[in-house]
Amino acid sequence: MLGLIASIPYWAQSLLRVLGGIVAVLLPAGTIVYVFLFKMMSFMQSRLGPMEAGPFGSLQLFAEVGKWLQKEDLYPERADKFIFKMAPLIVLSSTFLLVAVVPFGPDAWFTNFEAGVFYALAVSSVSVLGILIAGWASANKYSLLGGLRAAGQLIAYELPMVLAVIGVVIQAGTMNLQQIVVAQNDGSIFGWDGLGNPYILTQFIGFIIFMIAVQAELTQAPFDMPIAESELVSGYMTEYSGFRFLIFFIGEFATAGVFALIASILFLGGWGVPFSWFGWTSIDSIDNWMNVVGPLIMFTKMMLLVFVIMWVRFSYPRFREDQLQRFAWKVLIPLSLVNIMATSVLKVAF
Amino acid sequence: MAKVPGLLKGLGVTLGTMVETVTKGANTVQYPHEKETPPIRARGVIALHEGNCTSCMLCARSCPDWCIYIEGHKELAPPRRAGGKPRQVNKLDRFDIDYALCMYCGICVEVCPFDALFWSPEYEYSEPRIADLLHDKAKLGEWMETVPEAPELEAGAEKKGKK
Repeated sequence: MLGLIASIPYWAQSLLRVLGGIVAVLLPAGTIVYVFLFKMMSFMQSRLGPMEAGPFGSLQLFAEVGKWLQKEDLYPERADKFIFKMAPLIVLSSTFLLVAVVPFGPDAWFTNFEAGVFYALAVSSVSVLGILIAGWASANKYSLLGGLRAAGQLIAYELPMVLAVIGVVIQAGTMNLQQIVVAQNDGSIFGWDGLGNPYILTQFIGFIIFMIAVQAELTQAPFDMPIAESELVSGYMTEYSGFRFLIFFIGEFATAGVFALIASILFLGGWGVPFSWFGWTSIDSIDNWMNVVGPLIMFTKMMLLVFVIMWVRFSYPRFREDQLQRFAWKVLIPLSLVNIMATSVLKVAF
Repeated sequence: MAKVPGLLKGLGVTLGTMVETVTKGANTVQYPHEKETPPIRARGVIALHEGNCTSCMLCARSCPDWCIYIEGHKELAPPRRAGGKPRQVNKLDRFDIDYALCMYCGICVEVCPFDALFWSPEYEYSEPRIADLLHDKAKLGEWMETVPEAPELEAGAEKKGKK
């Protein structure tokens, strides 16, 4: 089945991968904004949300994008213009780099790094740079405060995220995302392989820590201190207008989608179905149709996880800055260290 | 950890509201398509009963926003009884309310001694041009049609005071 891909010339493969990457970033972002931000949030507040553009407001997103595109590209007089204009692109590029390691099927991947987990966690922190320079280059005290808060928060929550993932890596024995998927679907729970062995069962604490850290990394409420609109206007995004704001906006929700994809790989079994259902034994014996069904399974799991992220976002009020830092350093990090210890002891024991 | 039950309860509230909205419908209405009737005594717009106005200027002077403009002149009217002197009356030339300034405090309605100003629950009079929010005498008079009937006086209310 690798023959199928090998028969396509290299330039066509690259083109397909670029197209696939754009689809994998923009499609989830659009779906998340419409289904969750527009509709679910409205329903949770007992209103209907956008209803005018298209059936049930389904074309609202195009109206919004059109509105942003025709706005003037403003920047403050004293802003550092080159860096100011670059910042949203850095934030969005970290999303594109992140999606590059996500496997969507046995052959449907962009790159198959041996150290995929390591790469993903490293690249996800590039967006901090973009946010920090957006805050600095705006020449605005609200933006600067927002940028500094964002930097403090993202660095604090990167640690528990990395530490939570280490549990999965120890259990799977590999840092390759593809092999983590295979390890979960090929595994068995005390000899019963009807469900595979999704790591959400064995690494439940890790999963909770990871999701909380993702929530903070995305600066979604209750961790939206950096963009707290009631005190900082909109934090590092204050001075951005038009399509640069749009890029920040796409970056925020596309990253939510990609983090949900990575969480589904690490903890929910990724694109796979338990291999015992179809009698597969290794990644090479998987039928070709999984390359089509796999992305759909991934999409479903992503929607499920994003639902949880957004549900939490719409339910809780904002953390205070000291509460937020204390929660990361005093609760999440010790807890994840204990989790790593317990995982490694159990890994050696069994 | 003691906060976990409360956190879960909070999630339950939002999820419950979502299910309720999907199954039973939202608390809001889709405004231009369906309209809620405002309460009958709602403060929508101020109507002018021109015949009662004596251009005494009390409303214009009490307005905190200075959004009422009144101009008038004195006229001689025929006497009430045959052989009497011609009466002097105030004739209203201009009575404008600038709804771009009005803050709907209702002091003008309260202060009017001759029952010339009334609240009407009508609220759909937004304009594309801000200058069109200056309602003149004729327009304020049209709002009188939408003013609801005054409520019944309480029992015994008429008998108070000197006749």
